[in-house]
Amino acid sequence: MTFTLVLPVLLWSDMLVWLLVLAGFVLGALSWRNLPLRAAWRRVGRSRPGMASATVLVVFVLIGLLDSLHYRPRLENRDPSQPAAYAIEVLSVLDAMASPLRARNEKTYSEPLATRAYAKESIEVREADGRVSTTRDFPRLKFGGAHLGESEEKRDADVLKRVLAAEALALIVVVLASLGGACLLAHRQGVSARQAWSSLWKGETEFAWNAVLVTLGVLLLAWLPVLALCVDYHVFGTDKVGQDVFYQILKSVRTALVIGLVTTLVTLPVAIMLGILAGYFRGWVDDVIQYLYTTLSSIPGVLLIAAAVLMMQVIIDTHPQWFATAAERADLRLLALCFILGLTSWTGLCRLLRGETLKLRELEYIQAAQAFGVADLRILLRHILPNLMHIVIIALVMDFSGLVLAEAVLSYIGIGVDPTMISFGTMINNARMELAREPMVWWSLISTFAFMFALVLAANLLADAMRDAFDPRLAGAS
Amino acid sequence: MLAYIARRLLYAIPILIGVNLITFALFFIVNTPDDMARMQLGVKRVTPEAIEKWKAERGYDKPLFVNGKASGAAVLTDTIFFTKSARMFVGDFGRAEDGRDITREIASRMGPSLAIALPTFILGLFVTVSFALLLAFFRATYLDFWGVVLCVAMMSISGLFYIIGGQYLISKLWRLVPISGYSAGLDAWKFLILPVAIGVISGIGSSTRWYRTIFLEEIGKDYVRTARAKGLSEITVLFRHVLRNALIPILTGVVVAIPLLFMGSLLTESFFGIPGLGSYTIDAISAQDFAVVRAMVFIGSVLYILGLILTDISYTVVDPRIRFDR
Amino acid sequence: MLGFRAAILLPLLLLAACGNEQNDPYPANERGQNILYSAFTERPKHLDPARSYAEDESVFTAQIYEPPLQYHYLKRPYVLVAGAAAEVPEPAYFDAAGTPLPADAPQGMIAHSVYEIRIRPGIRYQPHPAFAVDGEGRPVYNDLEPSKLAGIDTLGDFARTGTRELTADDYIYQIKRLAHPRLHSPIFGTMAAHIVGLKELGETLQREIGKLPGGAWLDLDRYPLDGVERVDRHTYRIKLIGKYPQFRYWLAMPFFAPVPREADRFYSQPGMVEKNLTLDWYPVGTGPFMLVENNPNSRMVLARNPNFHGETYPCEGEEGDRAAGLLADCGKPLPLIDKAVFTREKESVPYWNKFLQGYYDASGISSDSFDQAVRFDVGGGVQISEEMQAKGIRLLTRVRASTFYMGFNFLDPVVGGRDSVNEARARKLRQALSIAIDQEEFISIFLNGRGIAAMNPLPPGIFGHAEGEAGINPVVYDWMDGKAERKPIAVAKKLLAEAGWPNGRDARTGEPLVLNLDTTSGGMGDKSTLDWLTRQFAKLDIQLVVRSTDFNRFQEKIRKGAVQIYFFGWNADYPDPENFFFLLAGSEGKVASGGENSSNYVNADYDRLFVEMKDMDNTPQRAEIINRMNRILQEDAPWVFGFHSKSYTLAHAWLHNRKPNDVANNILKYQRIDVAERARLRHEWNVPVVWPLVLIGAALASVAVPAVLAYRRRERGTARNWR
Repeated sequence: MTFTLVLPVLLWSDMLVWLLVLAGFVLGALSWRNLPLRAAWRRVGRSRPGMASATVLVVFVLIGLLDSLHYRPRLENRDPSQPAAYAIEVLSVLDAMASPLRARNEKTYSEPLATRAYAKESIEVREADGRVSTTRDFPRLKFGGAHLGESEEKRDADVLKRVLAAEALALIVVVLASLGGACLLAHRQGVSARQAWSSLWKGETEFAWNAVLVTLGVLLLAWLPVLALCVDYHVFGTDKVGQDVFYQILKSVRTALVIGLVTTLVTLPVAIMLGILAGYFRGWVDDVIQYLYTTLSSIPGVLLIAAAVLMMQVIIDTHPQWFATAAERADLRLLALCFILGLTSWTGLCRLLRGETLKLRELEYIQAAQAFGVADLRILLRHILPNLMHIVIIALVMDFSGLVLAEAVLSYIGIGVDPTMISFGTMINNARMELAREPMVWWSLISTFAFMFALVLAANLLADAMRDAFDPRLAGAS
Repeated sequence: MLAYIARRLLYAIPILIGVNLITFALFFIVNTPDDMARMQLGVKRVTPEAIEKWKAERGYDKPLFVNGKASGAAVLTDTIFFTKSARMFVGDFGRAEDGRDITREIASRMGPSLAIALPTFILGLFVTVSFALLLAFFRATYLDFWGVVLCVAMMSISGLFYIIGGQYLISKLWRLVPISGYSAGLDAWKFLILPVAIGVISGIGSSTRWYRTIFLEEIGKDYVRTARAKGLSEITVLFRHVLRNALIPILTGVVVAIPLLFMGSLLTESFFGIPGLGSYTIDAISAQDFAVVRAMVFIGSVLYILGLILTDISYTVVDPRIRFDR
Repeated sequence: MLGFRAAILLPLLLLAACGNEQNDPYPANERGQNILYSAFTERPKHLDPARSYAEDESVFTAQIYEPPLQYHYLKRPYVLVAGAAAEVPEPAYFDAAGTPLPADAPQGMIAHSVYEIRIRPGIRYQPHPAFAVDGEGRPVYNDLEPSKLAGIDTLGDFARTGTRELTADDYIYQIKRLAHPRLHSPIFGTMAAHIVGLKELGETLQREIGKLPGGAWLDLDRYPLDGVERVDRHTYRIKLIGKYPQFRYWLAMPFFAPVPREADRFYSQPGMVEKNLTLDWYPVGTGPFMLVENNPNSRMVLARNPNFHGETYPCEGEEGDRAAGLLADCGKPLPLIDKAVFTREKESVPYWNKFLQGYYDASGISSDSFDQAVRFDVGGGVQISEEMQAKGIRLLTRVRASTFYMGFNFLDPVVGGRDSVNEARARKLRQALSIAIDQEEFISIFLNGRGIAAMNPLPPGIFGHAEGEAGINPVVYDWMDGKAERKPIAVAKKLLAEAGWPNGRDARTGEPLVLNLDTTSGGMGDKSTLDWLTRQFAKLDIQLVVRSTDFNRFQEKIRKGAVQIYFFGWNADYPDPENFFFLLAGSEGKVASGGENSSNYVNADYDRLFVEMKDMDNTPQRAEIINRMNRILQEDAPWVFGFHSKSYTLAHAWLHNRKPNDVANNILKYQRIDVAERARLRHEWNVPVVWPLVLIGAALASVAVPAVLAYRRRERGTARNWR
């Protein structure tokens, strides 16, 4: 009976996420064959801020990917003759790895690394003579620092010990990684390891290895202590219902990534197709497409999104039979949100592409191709589209951070992701009232802020580097 | 010129009809007239008869787009869509579902919205342009580098954090200004200073970076080199030549936003309790007051189209020939 | 650069020029006045007494309008006393032939009950242009040409006002307005079932209104209402179908307040509606206050009605009121404040902070937004933190006349059960869930302890509620050590096994038990609540699927009976057990008859007892019947009885006479403010902190140093024509 321990679940967004990964590889390979694009990628590789932020993003993406492999755990079966049944709850590989974080819920708020709750409670104590008396104290947490047992005062020493050990480990890993990198470099370039080491750190390599290694070092120094502590403490505290904030942040990453990437992906085909058609054929085609996007973009964005989200919710609500689990429903809502956000954002890209195509079609070689009677479709695919790719790539990375930020605002207004789905927006929404509590609950908001900031900052920096590298106007300047 | 504007205005009509169609379709897939009636009549003790009466009185008992029972033009005109949207083109938005006149409401809320949006816009433009000019002046120094990093960092912070943090620090901890509220007249400054400051600061990051690239592009042009070769000081070059010429793309870029200032800001207004159009919109969404949502969409579209026309006009005003003729 | 620095320095200078209370949100000229400051979160939709039903509207209407009766401000349980009426009316009973019956006549014999209400002579309306008359006594503002309205935007723009004495006709006029087809009065359906002839009047008016041009005035005096009779200038009678003792409670609501026909006529003149000049927007009443500023987007102001008839502060209350200082103002003429300013606060953080800074005297009625802000200590008496106590802030709590519950839909085969076998299974399932869902924990986490776990539908303070061992729900609780202890989860598991789902798996097929909860997003639908609830169901290995929808869709599902489990709450209209038990009466079935019984629960015994209990007076027999009804409900468990929430008020030290009251809303007239004390404490609490601004200025200045250095370097370098 062990062969069906879990029931794999493929959510729509998982599919798109993995499709995106595949598309990333294919596009990477394709653009590597295109010489100007390959040069652009090289320029990106040289950019130190770009590579540093790419390293950060890779970590986020890895978390997101781990969170995109879903399954339903098997329910414990006391009677072996019964058929296997699976829980209604959909978990991901990330959940499985972080199961101590997920399962160990306190009753309510607790501070980061606390061993006791944040608020006093009346605790009933049964005296020896059977009388019940109540005292008021901070109750001990069920899980936070539970391994310390009675000796809570040892917490500081324990935390320090773990942090130091983790930092030491991080240093060792970084040194080993850079040594390994230097050896590899030496091998490939046929120089001595010492030369490779110095050129690595002086930034003389083709690829910004030093930035990657430094970022990796910083990440390890920051993450390993957190990982070392999170197994026995709530590193970032717990929220109102006692859930670990760190776990919620990990879960938010995927939502943010899906919103940021899938949105652009799903609207890309429409924007590219309509933009090119309008610019290439002009005439009535252009008029119709222009009318379409002017109309759409003239509706105030929030109102359009609000109306569309409400509509989508009605459709979801009227078809409960489509979804076997709550996760599938939340997932479809997430995807729908991506589409809706895309609905409002494709018009900008479409306008850009139309303008660029208008310029391109006047170029001599395309005029010549037309004169020779080359089919329009062929011209579009062979000559126009590849010359627009840099705009598409820039739009993709530039939109990402904006979309992540937009999700937070939309969830705050109540038209964002499903309320059961963990996202930065829902976390901010839950946390904003906590600032007004007495005493203040600051950790949810601060840690959400920190992680969201790191993600968006990395995305912005990478976007900058890529824009500088891909934009032909700027490429010459740098 | 006038003929061009007239043509653009005529072109706006099909767009507005399209906007209306989309709003209608979206809204009535979500809300049946029954839902609206229930929303307005409350939850307690509502009878089906009361709902029917409400619908009949408000004209929601007709078909949405096509009236199969009518004949002639009435097939299209005796519908909810036609009766509810035709009048908007002459500026009559009807009444909100609670019986209040929308046009009056909008007129009274425009003031507070503008009181926030206009200073934010002007001050923001001034601050970001000066900041960008500063960065351009110190280009290729560490000041420029860290300035750009600061900009990127500032634009990576969600607007929600600016508001939450600003309110917490300025109003709660330091007790410098009222935390929220609004009053008309001269007294308003103490309510406006914080939201305007937050609005300006949260916009610094992205705008500064954008303007800085424009300045740098301008600095790279030949006439700047020529000016510098003439021995003009860097300051003179920046202010006399670069600023003047770079302001053209900046201004034409922001012109489209000017009419939309009337719409107010959704987040700022609801956080700071400012009775403007932004909070009106949010209220209408949550109360599912279709008449108001429709009116706001309509106005928003009109203002957007107006912004596009203004942009076009501003391009012709700052025509290159005028630019270089001195 | 210069402008940039000036922009920073300017506010600094301004701040230096002024002293404390930089953050005062009110105009400076209001300081030191006898004004009460409060807030409202939802904009009131209707202020017309025939339409207004929401609690946030009654904050205003209850101060402006005077129904015949009111609740005693201090006494508990709630007691009706005379308002505008001279005394509380006693009903007279008649049989079908019209012969008078004694008060203790059996219900079946009573065909009609008649309430004769005498109002006090000499009560006068607030000043209002509708009453303005010229020298010959003709109304000034009648038959106005639309052109005359040109310069008029608000009611204050009418130059002349007048007043007149309140008469019985005004009350009759308002009762007729309940049937007005354009007003959509929310209680028309309910009242049409009780007041003789109201239904017919509604039909007549519906016909008549069709003949009138849109918006024209419908003179209700031309249409008779059988059930209401004018006796003399100050007396009228209302005739009801059968016996309906709860009618007296209705007489304390603004629905039965007087509306002068002059006002109705005044507002129906052409051009008025376009300017939002309607009764719905500018109420006119005889109460202690009148609405002088109506800007529901930001500010509502009530000011003392100069014509108020001189009610005095009550001299007796319940036990402990004297010690609490609530009787200190005994005999003083009401109202005790001059003005009440309500500011709109949509976001709770600013609202809460302004309260802490002393700019609100007390939390407003919809104080739900303070839930998260105020931390209450759980268990052993709710209290506020020591810092707040040191500021002199008082916390007043009172269990509301409300109940919250998780209902099961009896049309659903799993939780309702249709045949006798499944019925027993479903009952056990419901009982198991009632035990598993730990309401005490819910109250402590989500309500900050502001609530008590419900044993049955009746909250404390309602007739029939029992405390102590007699009052516990024996299915869910055991009585141990002098208090109710929730039964251990093992009991619930056993019940679940008996129901046929051992360990949450169907005993026959092995299928896991999956239950669906329908909810609206927000409120009960927010993530933390749902996570918590999922954990409660998981205690029994039951899988919970939450289907959250928007409000309309949720209502629709409830109407169609398409839900399985749902959350609901009920705020009583009046403090009578009937107003709670009818929520489970078979005749109120949501699907069958569109009533309020959303669980579609039907139990013949219960229904029989309900009919019997409904119209009884509060006697020991009634208490006994209520007890039996409660036992049936506890056994059947159509609801998981949730909690009765506690309403609370936070009040500053300078606000006196505040006593929580969730049935009556006309409490503003009793409030008193120590203005000097308020000014002193506000001044003390609001010292601005300026050093951070200085620090920021210094930081900016320090950035200027490298900038200047770099500038110097660059100036020197220009000659070399860099780059």
